[in-house]
Amino acid sequence: MSGLVRVEGLTRIFDVSKPWLNRLIERLPKAMLTAVSDVSFEIPERKVYALVGESGSGKSTIGKMVVGLLRPSGGEVEIGGVNLAVETDPDRIEQVRSDIQMIFQDPFASLNPRWKVRDIIAEPVAARGGETKGLAEKLLEQVGLSAEDAGKFPHEFSGGQRQRICIARALASEPRLIVCDEPTSALDVSVQAQVLNLMSDLKDEFGLTYLFISHDLTVVQHMADTIGVLYLGRLVEEASPEDLFENPKHPYSQMLLAAAPKMDGFGREVDPPKGEIPDPINPPSGCAFHPRCPIAVDRCKRERPDLRTVRGARVACHLAE
Amino acid sequence: MTDTVLSVRDLVVEIPTRHAVLRPVDKVSYDIKRGEILGVVGESGAGKSMTGNAVIGLLDRPARITGGEIHLNGKQIDGLTMSEMRRIRGKEIGMVFQDPLTSLNPLIPIGDQLTETMLEHLDISRSEAEDRAVAALEEVGIPAARERIGSYPHEFSGGMRQRVVIALALSAEPSLVIADEPTTALDVSVQAQIIALLKRLCRERGTAVMLVTHDMGVIAEAADRVAVMYAGRLAELGPVRDVITSPRHPYTDGLMGSTPLASKGQARLRQIPGSMPRLGNLPTGCAFNPRCPKAQDQCRIDPSPSLATCDGRAACWYPILAEATA
Repeated sequence: MSGLVRVEGLTRIFDVSKPWLNRLIERLPKAMLTAVSDVSFEIPERKVYALVGESGSGKSTIGKMVVGLLRPSGGEVEIGGVNLAVETDPDRIEQVRSDIQMIFQDPFASLNPRWKVRDIIAEPVAARGGETKGLAEKLLEQVGLSAEDAGKFPHEFSGGQRQRICIARALASEPRLIVCDEPTSALDVSVQAQVLNLMSDLKDEFGLTYLFISHDLTVVQHMADTIGVLYLGRLVEEASPEDLFENPKHPYSQMLLAAAPKMDGFGREVDPPKGEIPDPINPPSGCAFHPRCPIAVDRCKRERPDLRTVRGARVACHLAE
Repeated sequence: MTDTVLSVRDLVVEIPTRHAVLRPVDKVSYDIKRGEILGVVGESGAGKSMTGNAVIGLLDRPARITGGEIHLNGKQIDGLTMSEMRRIRGKEIGMVFQDPLTSLNPLIPIGDQLTETMLEHLDISRSEAEDRAVAALEEVGIPAARERIGSYPHEFSGGMRQRVVIALALSAEPSLVIADEPTTALDVSVQAQIIALLKRLCRERGTAVMLVTHDMGVIAEAADRVAVMYAGRLAELGPVRDVITSPRHPYTDGLMGSTPLASKGQARLRQIPGSMPRLGNLPTGCAFNPRCPKAQDQCRIDPSPSLATCDGRAACWYPILAEATA
C-alpha cells in the first residue's frame, strides 16, 4: 500500500498578465507565473511531511492544491487512491473531502467573528448533515479548552486559543489528513510550543497524517518525519530531518541552514547569503538557484537538474554526491 | 563625556481607561552604551515596543509617560515638547520598523526621502546631500545606487526596502538606533543579510542599538546584552550569553526552553502553562507567579520583585542559580 497522499508532477501556472487592453496598447506579452513546477512526493499514513521554503517558493500553493482549493495546471494529487480533479463518483468525492481538513496561519481571519465557537466547530459535520450534539464540547476539551467555551465568540479568545479552536474544527469531521499552512507563525514562542505539542498528541491519538507547511526550519525540524525543501516552485531536496540538518546536500538547503539564527551563535559573524529569490515570471535558465549558488558550474546554467537519490535523500543538483 | 548613550530610569507608561489605569511599562530601567546592541525580547503584550516608542516620544494617546526619566547622551528627553522631540528624532535617534513598506513614503523617490532627512538635520547643501544619499545606499548594499536614487519604494523587494530604511535611519548619523522587529517580515536568508548589515554599520560607527524582537535566535547572534520583558516589567537583564545559557528568571528559562531550537531531539517541547495575563488583570505579587513552576507564598503576596530589589540580573525572589558556575 503506497502513501495516503501521492503527488505526481504537480504544476500550477498563474496568469498574471495585465488586462488585454493594456497588453494591446503597451504591446506586452502575456505574463505567466509558474508557482509550482513538477513537484512529486508521497506521504505515508500517520506521518508528517513538511514543506519548507521562503516566500514565493510555492509551498502554500501546493497545500491548496492538495486540499482541492486550487486546480492543478498539470500533474495530479491522489488522496487515498482518489484523484479529486478527475473523480466522477460523488460518493467517493464526498468521502475524500471529509478526510481532508486544513488549518490556516491567521487564527484571526479564519474564524467567523459572528458565529459562536460551537457552530464554528460543528460546521464541517453539520454541512454534511451529521449529528453535532455535544461534538463541539467534546472537541474543545480535547484541544485543551473547556466545554463552556462553546457558547463564546472568537473575539473572546487569545491567538493561541483561537488556533486551538481551528484545530478542533479541523478534527470535527474525523479527517485522515490535515494540511497545516504555517499553523504557528502568528503565535508567540511559548504558545507555539503549546500548540505544537497539542498537534503531536492529536496525531498519535487519532492516527492523523499532516502536510505541514512552514518557513520556520526549527519548527519543521521538530515536527516532520520527512522534509521537502522548495525553491522557486521546485522541490530541490527531500530528506529526513536528521539528514537534512546534519548533512544538507543541496547548496540552497545549506545556505538556508547557515542563515537561520542559532541559539548558541553568540556574536556569530555569518557570511550572509548573496542575492535574493529571482522573479518567478522570468526564472533563471537551467537550475533556478545557479545565480546564487557558490559552487555553480557551466552545466547548471544550461541544464535543469532532476531529483535523484543521493545517500538516502532526493536532491536536485548536478554536483551533489 | 560618558559612554552611556541612552539611560532609562524607572520608566512608567500608563494608559488611563474607563475602568482602571493600565501600566504597559512598569518601572523599567536600562542603559545602552556606545556601540552596544541591547536586545529586548518578550512575547506580544510584554511592553517591548511600548518601551521603544516611549523613548522616541511616539506614544499613541492616551498612553503617556507618568514616571521615570529618559536621558540621551546626558540630556533628559522625556517631557520635551513635540517640536523639540522632532529635532531629536531622525537626528539623534534613528528608527527601523518592522514593515519597510509602511515606513517609506510610497509617493516620493527614495533619494528624496534620504536627502530630506539630511537637509533637515545636517548643515549641508543639496548636492552634498545627494552625494551622501548615494554613498549611504551603497553602504547598505544597494547595487547601482546612483541609478536607483530616483526609484520609488514599490520598485524594491522587501529586503532591499529594509536596507533603504536602515540607510534612512543612519543618514543623520544618530547615536542611537531603535530597531523594532526589523526582520520579522523578511525571509530567513534576507534576515541574515539585514542583521549582518545592522551589526556591521553600528560597530563601525559606534551607534548604540536597541533591537526589539521576539526571535531568540536573532538576539543570540546580534545582541551584546539582552533584556527580557514580561507583563510590562523587566524580568531579566544581562549579557546575552549568560541569559541564554543559564537563565535565572523562571520565565526566561521557560521561554528559552519552549523554542524548538533549544529542545533539539526531544519528542515534546517544554511549554509554559497558561498565557500572559492581561494588563487590567495582573495577579498580585510577581506577575509570573500563576505560571511559575517555582512560585512560593512570597511570590503571591510580596509586590513584584524588581532587578534592584533582587540580584540585579533577574527580578525574581527565587532565581535559578546554576551550581558551581559563578
